Amino acid sequence: MKTVVKLFARARDLAGSPALELDLSESATAADLRLALGKRVPALEPILSSLLIAVGNDYAAPTTPVAGRTDLAVFPPVSGG
Amino acid sequence: MIQLTHASIDFAALTESVRSTQAGAVVLFLGTVREMTQGRQTVALDYDAYPEMAEAKLKELEAEARTRWPVIEAGIVHRLGHLELGDISVAVAVSCPHRHQAFDAGRFLIDRLKEVVPIWKKENWNDGSTEWVHPGTDQPVAAPSKH
Repeated sequence: MKTVVKLFARARDLAGSPALELDLSESATAADLRLALGKRVPALEPILSSLLIAVGNDYAAPTTPVAGRTDLAVFPPVSGG
Repeated sequence: MIQLTHASIDFAALTESVRSTQAGAVVLFLGTVREMTQGRQTVALDYDAYPEMAEAKLKELEAEARTRWPVIEAGIVHRLGHLELGDISVAVAVSCPHRHQAFDAGRFLIDRLKEVVPIWKKENWNDGSTEWVHPGTDQPVAAPSKH
């Protein structure tokens, strides 16, 4: 199913877009999303394993379901302050 | 008070907003744009955020601080956009009955902010290159300019 993911910071720059639409299975998890992102945007490969995945306002675990969510975001480690 | 802003941070007003007759201590932390990092010279920083989640996480941190220390009032303001050297990027103000509580709560808030709140800084180095700061990732080091 079509799932839109927001991107931030270096992930956004590498993908060249603030959001991507991915086609995920209905049982897709955050781990599946990470794999799908790497296939869709090979440029993300160097930082793929360090990317954080957010579902709503919470960080996802690898097993967190993500398919069909409308509030997904992916970004590298944070550096505010 | 939790706020993300593109305007300069009025830390005096923020500090005043947490003052209380119940508090014997007010602690203010300011993060400011530093010129030198490991021998490299910064000319400016650009901050970006995922605003909805950043505000939610800041509220969670304030709530957690309130469960751990007797916080009377707390305020966190983070600036976004283009900041010059010396500009204030973040301000954390906390009031508690006693100073050790206020110091500990303030330190907790800024330390956790830097770990979990989705805000990012991009370095603008003096050689004209730019670089997102993503702790723990292998950044390609910009080639030093040769003259």
